[in-house]
Order: sequence, then C-alpha cells, then structure tokens
Amino acid sequence: MTTNAIGRSVPLFVQNLGNFKPYAGVFATTPTGNHHATPIRRSPSTGNKLLPSIRESILASGLKSGMTISFHHSFRNGDMLVNMVVNEIASLGIRDITLAPSSLQSVHSALLPHIRSGVISAITTSGLRGELAEVLTRELPLKSPVVIRSHGGRARAIESGELRIDVAFLGASAADVYGNMNGVHGSTAFGSLGYAMVDAQYANCVVAVTDNLVPYPAIPISIPQTQVDYVVRVDKIGDPAGIMTGATRLTRDPLELFIAAQATRVIEASGYFNEGFSFQAGTGGASLAVAKFLKERMAETGLRGGFCTGGSTGYVCEMLHEGYFSAILDTQCFDLAAVESLRTHPRHVEMSASFYANPHSKACTAHITDIMMLGATEIDTAYNVNVLTGSDGIMMGASGGHSDTAAGTKLRLVTAPLIRGRFPIVVDKVHTVITPGECIDVLVTERGIAVNPLQKALAERLKQAGIETVTIEELQWRAEKLTGRPEPLPQSEDIVALVEYRDGTLIDVVRRVI
Amino acid sequence: MLMSKRLRRSMLFVPGNNPALIIDAAVFSPDSIILDLEDAVAVDQKDAARELVVRALQTLDFGNCELCVRINGRHTPFFADDIRALVPARPHVLRLAMVESPEDIIYTDQFIDHCEREAGLPSGSVKLMASIETARGVTNAAKIAVSSPRLIAISFGAEDFTHSIQSERTAQGQELLFARSAVVLAARAAGIDPIDTVYSNIDDEPGFRADVKAAKQLGFAGKSCVHPRQVAIVHDVYRPTSDEVYKAERVLAAYADALQKGTGVISVDGRMVDGPIVAKAQRIVDIARAAGSGRGVQV
Repeated sequence: MTTNAIGRSVPLFVQNLGNFKPYAGVFATTPTGNHHATPIRRSPSTGNKLLPSIRESILASGLKSGMTISFHHSFRNGDMLVNMVVNEIASLGIRDITLAPSSLQSVHSALLPHIRSGVISAITTSGLRGELAEVLTRELPLKSPVVIRSHGGRARAIESGELRIDVAFLGASAADVYGNMNGVHGSTAFGSLGYAMVDAQYANCVVAVTDNLVPYPAIPISIPQTQVDYVVRVDKIGDPAGIMTGATRLTRDPLELFIAAQATRVIEASGYFNEGFSFQAGTGGASLAVAKFLKERMAETGLRGGFCTGGSTGYVCEMLHEGYFSAILDTQCFDLAAVESLRTHPRHVEMSASFYANPHSKACTAHITDIMMLGATEIDTAYNVNVLTGSDGIMMGASGGHSDTAAGTKLRLVTAPLIRGRFPIVVDKVHTVITPGECIDVLVTERGIAVNPLQKALAERLKQAGIETVTIEELQWRAEKLTGRPEPLPQSEDIVALVEYRDGTLIDVVRRVI
Repeated sequence: MLMSKRLRRSMLFVPGNNPALIIDAAVFSPDSIILDLEDAVAVDQKDAARELVVRALQTLDFGNCELCVRINGRHTPFFADDIRALVPARPHVLRLAMVESPEDIIYTDQFIDHCEREAGLPSGSVKLMASIETARGVTNAAKIAVSSPRLIAISFGAEDFTHSIQSERTAQGQELLFARSAVVLAARAAGIDPIDTVYSNIDDEPGFRADVKAAKQLGFAGKSCVHPRQVAIVHDVYRPTSDEVYKAERVLAAYADALQKGTGVISVDGRMVDGPIVAKAQRIVDIARAAGSGRGVQV
C-alpha cells in the first residue's frame, strides 16, 4: 500500500489485476503508447451477419472462459440484455468472465447467482446499485476487487488497451442485418449510443442485439456496419420506461428549489454566465431547477448559451428547441423526451464517451465546458467528493462523468442538501473519493454556500455580488449541530473495489463493510 | 433613529408533528415560523406534537425568525396543556386559534401569566396573536385587538370564516373583503399587525401573487403561508421599489439631520415631513434591508 497525492492509502499491486499507480494529480499522468487495435476480419462473403439467437452469437464470437464482455447502460434500470446474455453464457458452461459494462443497475442483481457460481469472476464498471452493490460491498464473491472507472476513464482504458473487450454485446432499438444501428427508432428507443461507440470501435468482436430489425440501412447510423461482427434479433432488449430512473423532472421540493435558487445566484455572479456559455445541467431535481432559473434569466436578459453537454433531459432539450442553447452533444438520454429530441432535432447529436470525457483524447467536451452542476453523497472539508458509496459505506451510485467534467469545466458547483437521511453531507473525510477537492469550486446547500479557498477570484466575485459565503467547516458545524457527529464506519481491511481516477491511477479504494 | 418594528411579512406554517419540516423551516427565511399544533395535527397526535415542538424550541436554532406556536382553541381539551408545556420553552408568540371575543384573549393572557410565574419568567415574556376565523370574531375584531398588551397581531382565517357565514371562498374574494378590511382596521387602530389568511392552492403561483398584492393593498402587514415556496413571493410583493427606498432614505436622513440640529420643521423636496411620514420611511427601509441586497430568485 502507498499514500497517493490526496492522502488515500491505495495498493500498488492487486492479485489478478496487476500493477497500479497512485493518483498524483488531476493532469499529472501523461499519456503514452498507442491506441489498441482490433483484429482485421472480413464479414461472411454473403454479408449476412444475422444469427438466430444470443446463444449462436456467443458461439460465433468465440467467447471462452476467462474472457471479457461488455455492454452499454443506456437502458439503465430497464436493461434486459446483460442478464439475458450472462444466462446464456452460464448455460454454455463458460466461466471466469470479466463483466465490463459502462454501468450496472439494480436490475442486474439477477446476476448474483452467476457471480456466486463463478460464471462472473471480475467486474469493471462505473457504478453499482441495489442488492448487487450491497453483496459486492459486504462480501468478497469475486476473485478480484471491482474496478470503478469514470465514463472518460473507461473510454481511455478501452482505447489504450488497458481494458480489452473480447466481445461487446450492444443493444440497439433499431439495426439492419449488416449491423448498422441506432437507439432512436423502434418501440424500445433509448437515445444516444455514446457509451457503446467506444466498445464498438475497440472490442475484438461486436454483437448488435436488437428487437427491431429494419430494412437496410438503419439510418441514422450511430454505430456502423464496419465495426459489427454479428446481429441478433430478440423479442425485447429493454424497457424504455426504465431509462427514466432517477430525477429527470423539475423538482417541486422547496428545499431543492431553494438550493437551486442559491446556485443560480452563484452562477450569475461567477463571471461565466456570458453569451455563448456552455453548460452541463446534470439530472438531479436541483440541477434541473437551476436550468429552469437560468432559462428565466436568459429570457429576461436575451443572453443565449452555446452547447449543452453530457446527458440530456427533456427540459434541456426544450431549451435547445426554444433557442436558449445552440446545440446538445449527448452521450446519454435520461428521459423519453430527450430521445425524441435526439431523433428529430438536427442540432441534438450523439457523442461517444471518449468525445465527452476521455482525458487522453485530443479534445473532450468535459474540458471545454463553462458551467456544470454536480451532485454529492458526501463532500469533505478538503472538497473531495463521494458519489459512489452511501453513508453506510455501501456502494449505491456511480463515478459516472463526475470526475471527468469536474477536471476541466471552468465553474464546478456541487449542490446538495446539507443533511441527507439524518447524516451531514459535509464530513472530515469522505468515505470514498471520486473527485478530488481541487476540482470543486463551490458547494451550495440550503444552509450556506462555501467556496473552495483555492478559488479566491470566485470568492471575491460572489462577495461583490452580495452573496454571503461561509467556510466548509462552518457548514459541517451547522450540520452536526442538528445531526450530531457520525460514528466512523466499521470496515475491514479487505478491498472490495478500486476507484480509478480518469487517468488510470488509483484515487481510492472501497473496503468491505462489516 | 426610530425603533425598527419586527417585520411580519411572511408567517410560515409548519406542522408541529413533522421534525424534518421543523428543522428546515428557517432555511426559507420567513419573518415568522408558526409551529402548528392545531389543524395540522390529528387528535391522537396532539401530545407527541406538543412534545416535539417544545424540544424544537429548546434545541434548534431558527436564526432571525420569530417563533410562533399555533395552539389549540380555548374550548378544546388541549388548550391548557399546550400553554403549560410551551410557556417554559419561551416561544416568542402563541397564536390562539378561533378567537371570537375579548374574553378569549383575556382568559388566555391570564393563564399565560400564571405559567410565566411558574416558569420564573417575567410577565409578558410570551406574546399573543389572535386568529379571527368566524363571523363573531370579525364582529368583535376591534375589541379583541385591544384586549391585551400581549397582543402583537391578529390574523384572519378565511376557510373557517366562509363556513361561518355560509358562503364559499372564491378566487375574486368578494365574500372576504369586509372581513379582511375589518381585521386590518381593528389591528391598525390598536397599533398591532394584521396578518392575512392563507392561500391553500400551492401550485397556483400567479393566483397567490395576486392575493398577496391584494392583501398588501388592503393594509395587511403580512400573509400566512402554507408552503415554503410562498415565502419568497410574499417578500417579493412587499419589497419596496428602488425609488421608494431612495425617497425613504432621504426622509430619514433629513429627520436625523433635523434631530441633530434641533430643527423643528423638516422638509424634503419642498414637502413637509411629519411623524407618520418618517415612520413610513423607516418601515420601507426596514423591509428593503430584510429583502437583502442580492437579487432574489423566485422559488
């Protein structure tokens, strides 16, 4: 074990996973090497890649025990494909699989029997939820810790060959027999295929799975036939209602609205709320309310934004349609209104996870955004943010794009209620660091606003605007006055998850909760 | 400078049996918080809610908010227990529901006085607010308003009032006009604050805003709020314009200058300035200060 640049103890070597470097700083790691390349293969001479079942596609792909499979998580909790494919893999007697989806949801708790039986022996993903996450935090059913990667970090790891995908099973709501696919047509349309684009480009074998086989060509082509080995048609790949998981509607909660109002004041005073500003709205209730308040200010002043980035919600799409923003660059649609916008609006376009957030690409939108809203399950007095584990130490969220966007955006606001479930959100040390404190500018809560001491110019601008701020320690005190001081969590020395920073270094670990 | 009077633009009702809402109430910066032991609490929860409110008064920091407790009416079995439990916890104000006569206030005043003595508190520590919610109460408003030195305000309750006059509440509010005006006149004549009734449709922000404007126009000092979102709207309606603030500040500056110089006659822009104009100017400046210097965002 060694201590990294933010004082967290991390391993340098992990059995079955190899060597790791400790986190050294936001942009401390210089990229080296070449992009991973996939084998050169020719499609069948007939050009027909269509196979009759998932089982046939697994056999055709050459998947064997010990290999790595991947999926995208655009269906979120409506996903059916992961469980479907792993069931078939298990029935074929294949074991010791590394599961490498872009994220896992509560619905994937159905994988637990396959984890306990050894069909799945390793997992790398962005986030975990529900019973699956609880078991993986309390027990050690895998042969190695889960590797948590941010969206940009995953794209980077795939491109560099650090994460080698043997077979990518990519769900599509529309595909043709040659493998052109999209997520905007069909009864199970889910929107952007941004996460899947990276898998499609770098996996050794790509299987398109659809419940909507359309005449050639499947336009728009989000993922092209040139990257797809096989196509499978199934009855249903997912439930579109499941992509609504989480708060994508404007909140009516007065506390969230109050926080949003304060955040809006901060944004207005920050110096970044200017003509052409770019914005990542986020999806939480308070974040969407900020978008609403900004829209009102834009309506009053005539100010217009540039691009919106990240995931999209119906509300932000409305702002595009009404001319408040000029474009949406979209990796993931969070509701069906956003899916419809992506399908119909010419300036609402898909982007890959690499385009969005890869720190070792030649440009990513996460580095050129002006203002963004971030959430937090905890934030500590050094401004480090946790969005992965809850107050009980159990994994219940995702690294997502949090650290990616925080690294490069000009104004990074964390909005959160100061007390959540009788726990203070400001703590001495967060249970798990996902985003380092130097990437957070301001914390906005209902009981006060704290500016990172590193951001002196911002603090001065807020002062000039008459916005009162306090230290983060003062916020911690205000919270603890109501909640008391939380007891430290009992946990073992066993590491259940490694948290990679976006550049591949280890920023933290998650230990087994006793 | 004149003594500033406490502002009561917004009085936010908070159910006395909901700890989460009690803890968060001050976040919205209402001028007054009314911890409710009456309508918001079911009969079988009265004891628990009373205990919760007492603990909240003893332990929580409500910032600059005035702390009121709406106690159960004089003729309910909870009235005496409410006062006995609450007085030692020293809320700023007890708001008595269903006041219909001066005797209701006089009786309550005496009982509070007794409880203050038992708690070792100076007489008059806990103030009173009368809720007038019936035809009889409105008819007696002027007498009620002067029935006790503890009284700092009388509030109007439209829901029970319309029931008592066998009418229905309408958006136009014609059925309330006389009663609202009677309460304003009674309170203003007694030198205490008139507080307007609640507006129950929390989703109708335009309707609420119009209702607040009407209340302000009628002379109400403030409005009872049933939802935190309403607080900012009330403050926005009551916020003076920059022109009003500018003129008020000039009046106060002239008044201060005259006091310093011992001048008898004060004039600003050729207009005579007397006591009421100075008092009005002070009120405008107080409200402007309370509204804050930052541009409020409507929630």
